[in-house]
Amino acid sequence: MTLLSVKGLTKNFGGLCAVSNVSMEIGEGELIGLIGPNGAGKTTFFNLLTGVYEPSEGTIELNVNGKMTDIAGMKPYRVTQLGLARTFQNIRLFKSMTAIENVKIAMHKDIRYGSLSAILRLPSYYKEEERVEREAQELLKVVGLYEKRNERADNLPYGEQRRLEIARALAARPRILFLDEPAAGMNPQETASLTQLIHQIRNDFRITIVLIEHDMSLVMKICERIYVLDYGKCIANGTPQEIKNNEFVIKAYLGEEI
Amino acid sequence: MLKKYFSKENICWIIFAAVIFTLITFLMNVGVIGSYYQITLYNICINVILAVSLNLIIGVCGQFSLGHAGFMCIGAYSAAIVVRSMSNLLGFALGVGIGIVISTIAALIVSIPTLRLRGDYLAIATLGFSEIIRIIVLNLKITNGAAGLSGIAKLTTWPLLFVLMVASIVIVTNFSRSRQGRACISIREDEIASEAMGINTTRYKTTAFVIGAALASVAGALYACNFYVIKPDLFTFNKSIDILVMVVFGGMGSMTGSVIAAAFIGVLNMLLQNFSSIRMVIYGVVLVAIMIFRPGGLLGTKEFTFSALLHRKRKEKGRK
Repeated sequence: MTLLSVKGLTKNFGGLCAVSNVSMEIGEGELIGLIGPNGAGKTTFFNLLTGVYEPSEGTIELNVNGKMTDIAGMKPYRVTQLGLARTFQNIRLFKSMTAIENVKIAMHKDIRYGSLSAILRLPSYYKEEERVEREAQELLKVVGLYEKRNERADNLPYGEQRRLEIARALAARPRILFLDEPAAGMNPQETASLTQLIHQIRNDFRITIVLIEHDMSLVMKICERIYVLDYGKCIANGTPQEIKNNEFVIKAYLGEEI
Repeated sequence: MLKKYFSKENICWIIFAAVIFTLITFLMNVGVIGSYYQITLYNICINVILAVSLNLIIGVCGQFSLGHAGFMCIGAYSAAIVVRSMSNLLGFALGVGIGIVISTIAALIVSIPTLRLRGDYLAIATLGFSEIIRIIVLNLKITNGAAGLSGIAKLTTWPLLFVLMVASIVIVTNFSRSRQGRACISIREDEIASEAMGINTTRYKTTAFVIGAALASVAGALYACNFYVIKPDLFTFNKSIDILVMVVFGGMGSMTGSVIAAAFIGVLNMLLQNFSSIRMVIYGVVLVAIMIFRPGGLLGTKEFTFSALLHRKRKEKGRK
């Protein structure tokens, strides 16, 4: 079943065409990789899907309760409420808040109590806050940060901040999880345990994952399908094997023989 | 359920508030706190409400507003006008209610275009807004222009003031520790990430702004019914800055900090009254010193809590 269908997506910044006529079909439960040289437009593509930018052209349709709904140009928070959550290339945690509070913020949309019951501390407040605390702890256990739940986010080591970002995105209960360079700056051990974590998340939460990554060992190992962007255009897509041998991809990464 | 209402921490606070209240009432009745000190005391309480409500906007939600005096002005004039023709507690309640409604509407009108702005732009926009309020008040017939309104019955009594002050602190603290408050804090920390996590940032910025404005108007009403006379030039830019100083001084995001700062500045002002020629100099030096030695304010973003105090005591005992 198609979960997200992107058709002819284009984004121009003045004269620069950052993303040009890209189409993509994402099925339920897939694990898709998005690769390309620096400046190819991968993050811009993510920003278009998650509502940070409004596309210049093209449609983004998300399957909401069996109906394909156009989400192009929707506000980011609406897109997240419909089931798309993301992490950021340059970590954007809520720095002065603790790890568990970071996770709780993403649960915001699923918490049921109003401002009045918050101010008067009605029973619904305590009931929901207890549930949120429990669920946030569970999520931190998944990414292995339970012991550090009361640490400030900016006091965590780099690799753990990345994991916390993933936990936070998961707390928004997404149907599609977008990971923007989750392994950037990690050492080989950290990358290996991250690979395992992504596998585990996909199996335990049964969600679709799309990831941007430069670490080819990670991409080739876990992705089922790969899209390659270069200068804003989609130059290839297929299984890791096909991509490895695709001449356009090799050209984009290594250049041509003179 | 009841257990949570009366947790150790909450019981400590209730006892603390009760002790303060009884102590001050006692001192007033005995005559230790004379009418001169009483003015300072009332001023401090009103400033606590103002500082705490501005702290919700600036400290918790991270929106830099310089228009707090404008909302205070709305509250003061609404209460004054109603109380002048109906000088009893019912009139006061009605005046406060009208003040809250008007300042809420004003806050909504201001926030929708201005809260898209960030940082210094927002500060300038809110500053402009509070000047508009002042100019309107200056030119309306019902507010009696520059001469202001006089003959407002003194309805602000110590118990009323204390109850409203505690209520404002409770409202702001409870709000900032709920899911809505967390959303506001996340906006302060990183607006883009906050929106990406499914938070309607415009909505929560507006909510914080409106709650802050409504509480400021309550403070204004208490102010009007305490001082007999109000004039438009009581609510200038300087008043907004005064409140801002308390918030920064106590630590942005720390409610207990704001309370302590309001009290400290109130007392400092009173003590310096005798050195009126160099008063502002000393006041300035104290502020500069605090900002150098504690750039995050007295308490930073931390809160004073009884559980932390008990915890520390226990630790010390454990060490012995």
